[in-house]
Amino acid sequence: MTAILRTESLSKRFGAVTALQEVSLTLEQGEVLGLIGDNGAGKSTLVKLLCGFHQPDSGRILLDGEEIVLKSVRQARSLGIDIVYQDLALINELSVYHNMFLGREHVGFGRLLSNRRMRRLATEHLEAMGVRIPSVDVEVAKLSGGQRQAIAVARSVYSRSRILLLDEPLAAMGAKEGALILDLVSDLKARGEVSIVIIAHNYAQILEVCDRVNLLQHGTITFDKPTARTSLQELTDLVVAEYRRARTRGAGE
Amino acid sequence: MRRIREEFLRHREASVLVVAIGLGLYFVSVTDVFVSYDNLVNISQATAPAAIVACGTVLLLVSGEIDLSVGVVAALAPFMMHYAIDFWGMPAIPAILLALLTGTAIGLGNGFVTVVLRVPSFVTTLGTFYVVTGVVLTTSHAYPAEIPAAVDGTIGQWLGAANWAHLGWALVIVTVLHILLTRTRWGLHTIAVGGNLLGASEAGVRTGRIKIGNFMIGGTLGAFAGLIEAFRIHTIDPNIGGGTGLMFTAVSAAVIGGTALAGGSGTIIGCALGALVLAELQNGMNLIGISANPYFLILGAAILLSMIANVSLTRLRRAGRT
Repeated sequence: MTAILRTESLSKRFGAVTALQEVSLTLEQGEVLGLIGDNGAGKSTLVKLLCGFHQPDSGRILLDGEEIVLKSVRQARSLGIDIVYQDLALINELSVYHNMFLGREHVGFGRLLSNRRMRRLATEHLEAMGVRIPSVDVEVAKLSGGQRQAIAVARSVYSRSRILLLDEPLAAMGAKEGALILDLVSDLKARGEVSIVIIAHNYAQILEVCDRVNLLQHGTITFDKPTARTSLQELTDLVVAEYRRARTRGAGE
Repeated sequence: MRRIREEFLRHREASVLVVAIGLGLYFVSVTDVFVSYDNLVNISQATAPAAIVACGTVLLLVSGEIDLSVGVVAALAPFMMHYAIDFWGMPAIPAILLALLTGTAIGLGNGFVTVVLRVPSFVTTLGTFYVVTGVVLTTSHAYPAEIPAAVDGTIGQWLGAANWAHLGWALVIVTVLHILLTRTRWGLHTIAVGGNLLGASEAGVRTGRIKIGNFMIGGTLGAFAGLIEAFRIHTIDPNIGGGTGLMFTAVSAAVIGGTALAGGSGTIIGCALGALVLAELQNGMNLIGISANPYFLILGAAILLSMIANVSLTRLRRAGRT
């Protein structure tokens, strides 16, 4: 396997706080990488560097082995790296298919929107991705959180993203909704066209869909194993041990 | 039944159409004059300026902004035409274009201050409203002016003096802007910007350009409404639009027509029907000899009722019960 995305010694400080310290992460082509860690461990900061929202203080990001400098989310997206937020991305007032094509609409005669064509393409694409909704004509506001997220992911894939960054895709979602997203990720993995980084709190779900797990602690990756060679027990123990150490330190001071 | 309700909820204009027809039938039943040729001309001439200004207001409201200055832009535009022809010696057509472009430029200014300098549009256009009022009153010395001879003929007939000119222009403008809002990229982006600014810009929509553009469209339409009113009353009156009157009528028409002030939704057809309802009310009450004073009472109640209905309908539709 070849690494599609790699970071070398990425560091980021916010004032006196060191959010990330020399993080070297590797994402293989077609892989699903789970990024876990406690609150404040640096997961979100890392993803924000990868999607171009923040810029690193030092270190390099390599895409297909070539160094890239990400100045904005838009630029990262044009390189095929896309972050999918749960709710931010979609316009509630527009139909599903208009959301799918927002910013790159098909137009026909007289520069009028080719609604029929967009409707057909959106339906085909969502069906191919196994996203089930009543109709592409419904307003996004009517859909559930899971369906909205699925559509945001589908839109990103449709725009030929090669790397998807999913920030807490399962947060605030019921079991059924969560399963919908996990199925979608599994399908994408099976197709092998996109590589995915998932940030999550729920380790059990991570183990279900990820090929590999990275644990971030205090801004550094302290654990990196294929999912097949670790277990829920091991991950839980690691985080609990960290918590105990912190508490003992706190008590000792 | 379910299907009818579904269609009704989807086409919010339908309820306003029902009200417009109902009002019409009521006034026909109480007075024969209501559907006489002259009175229909009156109603169309009262509806058109409000509907034309309201089209711009709807685009702005949908994109999440408001323009309080359109009414005085309507007063300024015919004066610009008058100054250009009578003082600066410009030919008729360029002078009219200059008058329209004055509206466009004021819209551009409003858009720039709102989008680039980040002043809320309510405040921006409140300021513009007073500035433009001052310009109109100062330059005209608060006196009406004559329609310049150069445009007081065929051009004047076409631009509002003829009986059905108002209706014609209103129909053209409403049709074009309805297509703009519902069938073009510009319209889709306008809805997106008003619905979720951040999400729209993330999707690559040029949000600033959309907002500023809608201010410019609104300003131009305000100027146009002022011109056709000046030709209709055959005087250039500093009080065309009645200061805030035209603007408030336009916002009322938009709101009655089902446009939410929160942005993200609204309909052009609805605002035109809203303008028709208001014109019918005012005209009909006039005919049957009710004093004009309760008109405001009814107008206020209509705005409140349609807004309440609008909010609850939106909630119903969101709940997925359609």
